[in-house]
Amino acid sequence: MESKHYLVGIFDDEDVLLHAVEQIREKGVRIEEVYSPFPVHGLDEVLGYKRSRLPIAAFMFGLTGTALALIMQIWMLGYDWPMIIGGKNFASLPPFIPVTFELTVLLSALGMVATFLIVSDMKPYHWPRQFDLRSTDDKHVMAIDLGSNKLSKSDIGRILKDSGAQEVNEKNF
Amino acid sequence: MQVTSAIREPLVTGGKTVHDVSEDISRQVEGKPVRLWWIAFGISFVFLLYGLYCACMVEWVGIGVWGLNKTVGWAWDITNFVWWVGIGHAGTLISAILLLFRQRWRMSINRAAEAMTIFAVICAASFPLPLPNAFGSLWVNFNSPLLWDVFAISTYFTVSLVFWYMGLIPDFAVIRDRAVRSSDKIRAVVYNALSFGWSGGARTWMRYESVALILAGLSTPLVLSVHTIVSMDFATSVVPGWHTTIFPPYFVAGAIFSGFAMVLTLLIVTRKVFKLEDYITIYHIELMNIIIIITGSIVGIAYITEFFIAWYGQVPAEQYAFINRATGPYWWAYWSMMTCNVISPQLFWVKKIRTSIVATFVLSIVVNIGMWFERFVIIVTSLHRDYLPSSWAMFYPTRFDVGQYLFTFGLFFTAFFLFAKFFPVINMAEVKSIIKSTSEKKK
Repeated sequence: MESKHYLVGIFDDEDVLLHAVEQIREKGVRIEEVYSPFPVHGLDEVLGYKRSRLPIAAFMFGLTGTALALIMQIWMLGYDWPMIIGGKNFASLPPFIPVTFELTVLLSALGMVATFLIVSDMKPYHWPRQFDLRSTDDKHVMAIDLGSNKLSKSDIGRILKDSGAQEVNEKNF
Repeated sequence: MQVTSAIREPLVTGGKTVHDVSEDISRQVEGKPVRLWWIAFGISFVFLLYGLYCACMVEWVGIGVWGLNKTVGWAWDITNFVWWVGIGHAGTLISAILLLFRQRWRMSINRAAEAMTIFAVICAASFPLPLPNAFGSLWVNFNSPLLWDVFAISTYFTVSLVFWYMGLIPDFAVIRDRAVRSSDKIRAVVYNALSFGWSGGARTWMRYESVALILAGLSTPLVLSVHTIVSMDFATSVVPGWHTTIFPPYFVAGAIFSGFAMVLTLLIVTRKVFKLEDYITIYHIELMNIIIIITGSIVGIAYITEFFIAWYGQVPAEQYAFINRATGPYWWAYWSMMTCNVISPQLFWVKKIRTSIVATFVLSIVVNIGMWFERFVIIVTSLHRDYLPSSWAMFYPTRFDVGQYLFTFGLFFTAFFLFAKFFPVINMAEVKSIIKSTSEKKK
């Protein structure tokens, strides 16, 4: 992989960061990503990210769970091996509801978390690109890819400083 | 940024900064355990080993080593099982329901409470394991609440585990990055693997928050469903004393009641040993005590309602079951339950008592003793006087009943102490996000 040059802005405060992101984007600078120690509310909006579609995934997995549970119970007790229990119908819906509910929740939760790990490219043996180690401690770290921006390094550096960055560093990968 | 009202007490005291949070919480994981930790861990481990012997005997010989007889076919086993499952209700309630209600005081207690949930459910699962139910018909009976229970508890366990682990991921990354800075290679690799290579990018955080919210939404009905189904193990049978329609809500309230009591017992010790008084404040303890008053009062009303309905229903067997509970040979169990569960939580109406560490610690243990007696009373007193007086019997526990109960205590505390040593006991990312708005200012 060819090496990439980044300018890295370090921010101390989440409110300053939110304003900075707005200002920097208004000036036409492309921000690659902002790394934070905790979720900053509204950051995804000012960065222009689309809403996550994970809820849809969760719903689909949940639906799969519902269908599987119903098919399993109706087939087992209704067709494969019918048993008379208390003189009731072989396959009646009400007693099947608890297991159906549990399997819906189970598949929905597991499926959504698995989807999250896959789309976020998270694996136990994978080291993330770390622009600054303080990004998991107390600093918000803004990474700007110089290759994908038209403005010069000094211009972007000045914009970062003006918008409230405490430090501006360079980083190559 | 949401600013908290000035009349609310701060959730983090001592003028902590965001950096202090990483520092204070990671310290336990990085340093050598204190002497107190070794002592506590050692004692739990001895319990675990002795209990393991008893649990193995139960597996090897069969449940004949328990003190059960023909009349009392369920006793300590199911009592302990329901007790542990009940305790396991607080963790996911705190992290899921309080998240949906945007209660920010959950943030410094949810990690430990969820860990407690997971260990409690493991303890509960060790009781029905030796049930000799393996040779039935071709398929299991999906009409049986006992089978619903298997599905409910295993789903609850899995989803709680996933929820807990999701919360841990960003915090493992904190410890990883601290290890990189102090060039501790092994710890860095281990904690990176545990954190799944967490980067903390805004995109990941956005998805992460959406996952947390949906998991909370899924877990909320799940928490309520688990003890509802446990109560149906009793309520769908035609045994006087069990055949009661108020069981589901009454059991859920009781579960939350005992779960919060156990969270308090553990957190009061944890905050002392790890010096976390600034994160788990008296205010947190007071709020948990208020939940104990509410759920304790619901449980008290349920006890009274049961009696009223038994009288009002005019079924002689049902009436006898309840009179026998309060005045029969197990009167001491019934009145222990009434004292511990109905009277003792009412003491928390006094502000001095609910903000006192010592009083809270003692009462939290009293509540759990009471909740154990509740299950014992429901199970044993309803069974021991059969319809036929010639089969009336008493239940006497054997050393294997006691031993297997001790085993679960050993397992629970050993697991909890290991968790407290190797995992961050407070959710750093969440606490950091509220530092600016609800931290006490430096004086």
